[in-house]
Amino acid sequence: MTIAAEILRRTPLYALHLELGGKMVPFAGYEMPVQYPAGILKEHLHTREKCGLFDVSHMGQGFLAGDSAALERVTPADVAGLKEGMQRYGLLLNEAGTIKDDFMFSRLAGESDLYLVVNAGTKEGDFAYIAEKLSGAAVLTPRFDRALLALQGPLAAQVLERHSPGISDLTFMKVVRATIAGAPAIVSRTGYTGEDGFEISLEGADAERVARALLGESEVLPIGLGARDSLRLEAGLCLYGHDIDESRNPAEANLMWSIGKRRKDAKDFPGAAATLDGAPAIKRVGIRPEGRAPAREGAEIADKSGRIIGKVTSGGFGPSLNAPLAMGYVESAFAAEGTPIDLMVRGKPLPAVIAPMPFVPHNYRRPTK
Amino acid sequence: MSDVRYTDQHEWIRLEGDEATIGITKFAAESLGDVVFVELPASGKTVKAGGEAAVVESVKAASDIYAPAGGTVTSVNAVLEKEPSKVNEDPEGAGWFFKMKLTDKAEFTKLMDTAAYAKFVESL
Repeated sequence: MTIAAEILRRTPLYALHLELGGKMVPFAGYEMPVQYPAGILKEHLHTREKCGLFDVSHMGQGFLAGDSAALERVTPADVAGLKEGMQRYGLLLNEAGTIKDDFMFSRLAGESDLYLVVNAGTKEGDFAYIAEKLSGAAVLTPRFDRALLALQGPLAAQVLERHSPGISDLTFMKVVRATIAGAPAIVSRTGYTGEDGFEISLEGADAERVARALLGESEVLPIGLGARDSLRLEAGLCLYGHDIDESRNPAEANLMWSIGKRRKDAKDFPGAAATLDGAPAIKRVGIRPEGRAPAREGAEIADKSGRIIGKVTSGGFGPSLNAPLAMGYVESAFAAEGTPIDLMVRGKPLPAVIAPMPFVPHNYRRPTK
Repeated sequence: MSDVRYTDQHEWIRLEGDEATIGITKFAAESLGDVVFVELPASGKTVKAGGEAAVVESVKAASDIYAPAGGTVTSVNAVLEKEPSKVNEDPEGAGWFFKMKLTDKAEFTKLMDTAAYAKFVESL
């Protein structure tokens, strides 16, 4: 046992996590619950069947004032074209055009500022980088003091409706200011589980009261980071620092969908030439091992002749899939769905196949036309 | 007549006559969380005391299971291949991993007994 020299930060829900029996672990500089007494498996399945509440207050929130379209200097997403009341996913690119982070940005109705959410482990660096690159055009104000809750699962809308009448009218990727259990909030119909659900940004001081109100509903269980990871992996969603990082560009990461059409045509983002050349040497893919044994992050991927062609970047067991699953990078010639490969686990080849993602179908509430 | 001993890696070993049964303790099963896969040794494999003998995977991570004493594997609990959750449900009973014939019973005798292990767990 080693004693961490690092001083860990706590979210506004720290005391509540302890009260709920959360098993606290260091994550991205914070003490966070990896699981509660129910355990990862039950927490995962409960979120897919009913509804789970996640504390994601460690993530980096902030507001960008001024010429918000200047954000396009550091992201290939279409920022200028984002309509009011909408949220969008973007990649934050470094000067070389590789992935510094991924983030969400929102344009609230009637407000000129953009609301941003970046990853926890990268938030200080991201915000310094954005501030520097947008200097003179826009001003970024971090709000790391705010709390962020995620309410996820097929029953999330009916639960949240009880605490914010009308909120269930919101559809996927929409965002509004609303009142949740009496507290002012920014609510988006988004998440990181592949399920329908909401992300709720609150003043830190309101977080515990709102969390208690939601946990008081019979459908809701608190969910830790362990199940958050298995849920996002089944949904085929990237975890920054693992599936994407500064060694990958958007084409290699198979995230070209996050680049706006206008931006592709204009080729006006960092690394545009390399990203748009259409022939990445390696690609991010989904992988299904044939047996029951999971392959973990770092496992090498071999072709059927034993030559190493890539590496697993996320791997584990999918409780809803009831099978192991993985994500990783392979040479592009092996990236087609159905390609047989081997995963090197404890020195032995484990037969696997390149598989489509998501592994478990997304269950988003898209608008009906 | 059976006798149970424990390792500081949280394996248990129960000796009945010549044959020992090995598994992981309740404490280990709770720490690991939901077990989703168990890799068992082949029957006939010889293992040394403290050598890697099996692998247990939870949703989160893989952990090695070490042989508490040296010997030859005589049989494995094949049920775990289909129902790895047995390790969580009954770690010190139906969730056993494998049986082996010990090379040297002294390696067994010097391990922690029930009282010593209980004390050890309390100290963690």
